[in-house]
Amino acid sequence: MYKIVDARFLAENIKLFEIEAPRIAKKRKAGQFVIIRIHEHGERIPLTIADSDLEKGTVTIIVQGVGKTTKELNLKEKGEYILDVVGPLGQPSHIENFGTAVSIGGGVGTAIAYPTAVALKQAGNYVITINGARTKDLVILEEEMKAVSDEAYITTDDGSYGYHGFVTDKLQELIDQGKKIDFVLAIGPIPMMKAVAEVTRPYNIKTIVSLNPIMVDGTGMCGGCRVLIDGKAEFACVDGPEFDAHKVDFKNLADRNRMYRKFEEEALKKFEEKCKLEEKIKSLQEAE
Amino acid sequence: MKQLTPKERMKIPRHPMIEQDPTERSRNFKEVNLGYTPELAIEEAQRCLQCPKPTCVAGCPVSIQIKDFIALIAEGDFIGAVKKIKEDNALPAICGRVCPQEEQCEEACVVGKRNEPVAIGYLERFVADYERDSGKIDIPEVDRSNGKKVAIVGSGPAGLSCAKDLREKGYEVTVFEALHELGGVLVYGIPEFRLPKEIVRTEIDGLKRMGVKFETDTIIGRIFTVDELFKEEGFDAVFLGVGAGLPWFLGIDGENLNGVYSANEFLTRVNLMKAYKFPDYDSPILDCKDRNVAVFGGGNTAMDAVRTSLRLGAKNAYIIYRRSEKEMPARVEEIKHAKEEGVQFMLLTNPVKFIGDEEGWLKGVELIKMELGEPDDSGRRRPIPVEGSNFTVDIDVAVVAIGNGPNPLIFKTTPELEISRRSTVVVDPDSMKTSKKGVFAGGDIVTGGATVILAMGAGRAGRKAAAAIDEYIQTGKW
Ligand SMILES: Cc1cc2nc3c(=O)[nH]c(=O)nc-3n(C[C@H](O)[C@H](O)[C@H](O)COP(=O)(O)OP(=O)(O)OC[C@H]3O[C@@H](n4cnc5c(N)ncnc54)[C@H](O)[C@@H]3O)c2cc1C
Ligand SMILES: Cc1cc2nc3c(=O)[nH]c(=O)nc-3n(C[C@H](O)[C@H](O)[C@H](O)COP(=O)(O)OP(=O)(O)OC[C@H]3O[C@@H](n4cnc5c(N)ncnc54)[C@H](O)[C@@H]3O)c2cc1C
Ligand code: SF4
Ligand code: SF4
Ligand code: FES
Repeated sequence: MYKIVDARFLAENIKLFEIEAPRIAKKRKAGQFVIIRIHEHGERIPLTIADSDLEKGTVTIIVQGVGKTTKELNLKEKGEYILDVVGPLGQPSHIENFGTAVSIGGGVGTAIAYPTAVALKQAGNYVITINGARTKDLVILEEEMKAVSDEAYITTDDGSYGYHGFVTDKLQELIDQGKKIDFVLAIGPIPMMKAVAEVTRPYNIKTIVSLNPIMVDGTGMCGGCRVLIDGKAEFACVDGPEFDAHKVDFKNLADRNRMYRKFEEEALKKFEEKCKLEEKIKSLQEAE
Repeated sequence: MKQLTPKERMKIPRHPMIEQDPTERSRNFKEVNLGYTPELAIEEAQRCLQCPKPTCVAGCPVSIQIKDFIALIAEGDFIGAVKKIKEDNALPAICGRVCPQEEQCEEACVVGKRNEPVAIGYLERFVADYERDSGKIDIPEVDRSNGKKVAIVGSGPAGLSCAKDLREKGYEVTVFEALHELGGVLVYGIPEFRLPKEIVRTEIDGLKRMGVKFETDTIIGRIFTVDELFKEEGFDAVFLGVGAGLPWFLGIDGENLNGVYSANEFLTRVNLMKAYKFPDYDSPILDCKDRNVAVFGGGNTAMDAVRTSLRLGAKNAYIIYRRSEKEMPARVEEIKHAKEEGVQFMLLTNPVKFIGDEEGWLKGVELIKMELGEPDDSGRRRPIPVEGSNFTVDIDVAVVAIGNGPNPLIFKTTPELEISRRSTVVVDPDSMKTSKKGVFAGGDIVTGGATVILAMGAGRAGRKAAAAIDEYIQTGKW
């Protein structure tokens, strides 16, 4: 059992948790993740370690509620427990002084990119961050990102905040301005990562993406997380999750991530009905 | 009780296992074999000739005193019999169920020369179940703590048996397990209908009561390296029983289509994550109901996967195997059960490529006929493709069950470990010592995918790891 020592929403549907896991806190490196299981009937899902606090012995995860498990997790409050937390998993990000490094985060991908941006800064890079969100209210970690960046940009799809447009538009603009970019890290929805790869490909800019296939064990035992890199199957949980963006078969990844769509919808529907029912009971009890 | 003459004994026919009806069981996850009644067990025990030189014992990898435990059963002393077994085998309820008896103890039984051999496995299982049902499982005595600490990595049969022996000798034993459940392949691989998880849990509870400590969700190589186990955690020796958990794939086109599973993933989703109870449990598994499911391979894993697919409702469940039935590595009982349940065997057939649609979903598989040529390294006749014999079959789900290799996770962080060409850990076969001081290994990590009883034999006393660890810690000699 792993205790939640802090829990708060960063934006609608995006929640930050600090979880007591001193051994993981001590060992984790940027780019690594944990797999959690909330309760006995729960699924195992991977979540990136956004930060850690050695003194408190905690790791931070930032969770976007997209389906049953993440929404259920986001109902948890400070003081509650998570049944299983295992990690640190995956290869740490490969960090060196590339020169000018651009870290691009889309949505909750910003949280996943954050620890690597920190490490890139520590390694002496000139760090540019571009963080995209659909709209102003969904922007997360703005202050944190600013603190590690030499240049920080926010983009919103609807123009409600920062630069009006996609992260790729901003990236292209920087390239067009003649900025010499040596390294790009892009983490976010699959279409975004694919688009970034296409922007940097003609310029031969080394581009790394963090892939999010469906996982079970996270130890290389099931092969469910296999992704095609240069046409060859690799296991994202042990060989990744970061890979050379120019070699990734994004279509295969997107197809595979749709594998359980039908089940996910069913599970979410059932869960939301249950939540509604519980709320109703609660309000009835309160009315009494 | 009247003593039977050998002749009379030879006349008793072998008692078949009482089983669930095939059509019924192929749609439920309950155990297929129901076990002997006490009467049947006694009668089966009377078939044993009590040979002065029992050949059966030599067939058992852990040399259970088979003749003696069977004699106790014949006398009706079931608890005495299980105690006798436990002198050599910590997990009789498990081995009685999953050992390939027909090529081990029972193969060597003299009765088998003329008749069917004594059902040693069924008897072993019977007394172990009898003890468990009685609720009075004996916990072995534990010596006073000697203050020495041993880390066991992996909670499969190898790790569990090593843990038990060392704990008995008074060591402080901690078992580290990567997954959230203990038992290794026994819980994530072998299905409920063959080995109920409750049995594995009971065995592990016994170890807990002996004072063995267990830490789940703990991956060695990630949270601690082997070196850190010595230096930071203060262990005096380390036993690696991490198994062979890395799934092999066929390496053919279309293997990343939606619907192609490794057997490990397919079985883990169903057994460990209980996907067959979705949505009560959150992990899903692709619909097999009224679909065509093809499983590639001919071992126990393949049989487990294909029989699982039937229980998930498959309309057609195929085994596709490139050699003939004779070469299949699966236990005879599993092949028999699979056939009875309606599994269709496509033998001497090999996949060429998987066929998918635009959205990446598996639709079918192209196959080619094979014929057997000269024997290969394994002594089995090598299958050769018959040119021009290609054909396709419509399938919705494919499960690749062609074997597993050792997971490299631990080697990558422990470079001093010598690894063989087959990427298994190299050990001294008598002491199970690896090339790194203080580190021992046993089970599938050493042999490659093998059997439960071999893994246990490697982890337990006698000549093997636990005894060698004891000697190493006591003498300090490597
Ligand atoms: C290495 C890695 C790091 C990640 N880090 C974060 C993070 O820091 N914050 C965050 O919010 N999300 C992160 N994710 C994504 C997160 O794991 C999924 O959103 C989550 O599993 C969805 O589960 P669900 O039941 O809520 O949704 P579902 O409705 O079950 O699924 C929604 C979508 O999530 C994906 N998904 C479903 N099950 C799994 C699974 N077992 N493993 C992986 N993906 C799955 C599928 O693409 C699916 O279509 C990460 C994923 C990976 C692989
Ligand atoms: C589906 C299937 C059916 C089988 N059927 C039979 C049968 O009928 N009869 C038979 O005799 N044999 C059978 N076998 C083979 C048998 O199960 C294995 O030979 C046996 O389990 C090997 O035991 P082990 O202890 O070496 O490894 P495992 O049982 O594989 O256990 C290893 C454990 O170590 C853990 N681990 C791995 N790496 C780490 C790490 N770095 N840190 C911490 N923990 C780690 C794993 O999670 C696992 O729990 C079957 C195998 C499979 C897959
Ligand atoms: S452990 Fe296996 S081989 Fe040995 S007697 Fe029992 S069933 Fe036979
Ligand atoms: S070889 Fe067969 S008959 Fe002889 S003691 Fe063993 S089990 Fe009994
Ligand atoms: S999640 Fe199972 S191998 Fe990667």
